[in-house]
Amino acid sequence: MVQLTLPKNSRIKTGKTWPKPAGATNIRKFKIYRWSPDDDSNPTVDTYFLDMDKCGPMVLDALIKIKNEIDPTLTFRRSCREGICGSCAMNIDGINTLACIYGLDEIKGDVSIYPLPHMPVVRDLIPDLTHFYAQHASIMPWLETKTNRPAKEWKQSIEDRKKLDGLYECVMCASCSTSCPSYWWNGDRYLGPAALLHAYRWIIDSRDEATGERLDQLEDPFKLYRCHTIMNCAKTCPKGLNPAAAISHIKQMMVERRV
Amino acid sequence: MADVNRGSRPLSPFMLGKYYRFQLNSVTSILTRITGNALVVEAFLIAWWLLAAAAGPDYFDVANFVITSWVGDIILLLSMIGLWYHALAGVRHLLWDNGYCLDVESADKLGWAIIIGTAILSFITIIFV
Repeated sequence: MVQLTLPKNSRIKTGKTWPKPAGATNIRKFKIYRWSPDDDSNPTVDTYFLDMDKCGPMVLDALIKIKNEIDPTLTFRRSCREGICGSCAMNIDGINTLACIYGLDEIKGDVSIYPLPHMPVVRDLIPDLTHFYAQHASIMPWLETKTNRPAKEWKQSIEDRKKLDGLYECVMCASCSTSCPSYWWNGDRYLGPAALLHAYRWIIDSRDEATGERLDQLEDPFKLYRCHTIMNCAKTCPKGLNPAAAISHIKQMMVERRV
Repeated sequence: MADVNRGSRPLSPFMLGKYYRFQLNSVTSILTRITGNALVVEAFLIAWWLLAAAAGPDYFDVANFVITSWVGDIILLLSMIGLWYHALAGVRHLLWDNGYCLDVESADKLGWAIIIGTAILSFITIIFV
């Protein structure tokens, strides 16, 4: 259901302001969401200051600098630092993106960093993605076949392979799903843009032989049809993919198979 | 599906505007929903007006007084703007549902077209009605 405020235990209080770096001339302010399961207090927003003359260009560089030099308790996921692992997805400057490929020069003024929206927080910038992954698993993200296994590999024409472009690149960072108001409010039953993009990726795979079953599974007022083409997903995707279009194509296939 | 309420984990902030940036696509989408709901109320108001007309002159005078008062005028004016907006946004949904204009750039262009179209059509309506 539509929810406009945060529950009591989630309301954000003002946090600690850390001292400015000594002798720095090019200082930037970072406001970062903090929450720890170690005590019963509410989340806070801590303020940090960085010397930008000694900081790398990306948001992730700033986070790592804060963790290394100011506050080692600051917690976030990161791994590849080149936008391929999807670990460092977070809400930066009011949109969801990957901290490692989002430049600090793309942000005007202070840098605000929150965990991905409307998710249970494990700690600081780390959301619990258990449900998100379970939804991905539910769409059977693998090749389903019924015919006998070929002697070598399952073959696909160049044209059919092209249909997977713009879909296979998804790194499951959850930026899109957590940018979607429908997912915020019906995420328990609506699969969300990421899982549906993956569903479409297998539905249109020429080698897959479970297209009907896949569509049957999605024929549901919530799983698929909570998408109202708000397009926040396509706008926020750090990989430039378009889950909204994929979902729309699934809806079209639903209609076409009835005719 | 999976249990996500382990312990007392807080919910991360999400509210549009404050934590998630308002963007043309989300604003035009929300306005479609708001105008749609407002027009349902408006439809009841018009139905009441017509029913009052059928019920007899005394009752019609009451309904007519309310609807042609300055409050009623404002409601009808806003409804007219909402109707144009909702109709144009509906056309965009028809395009989308047929697989057209689903890229971000086209969606945003259509968003502006809806807003500008609503302004022009409302202006024309005010002049000619």
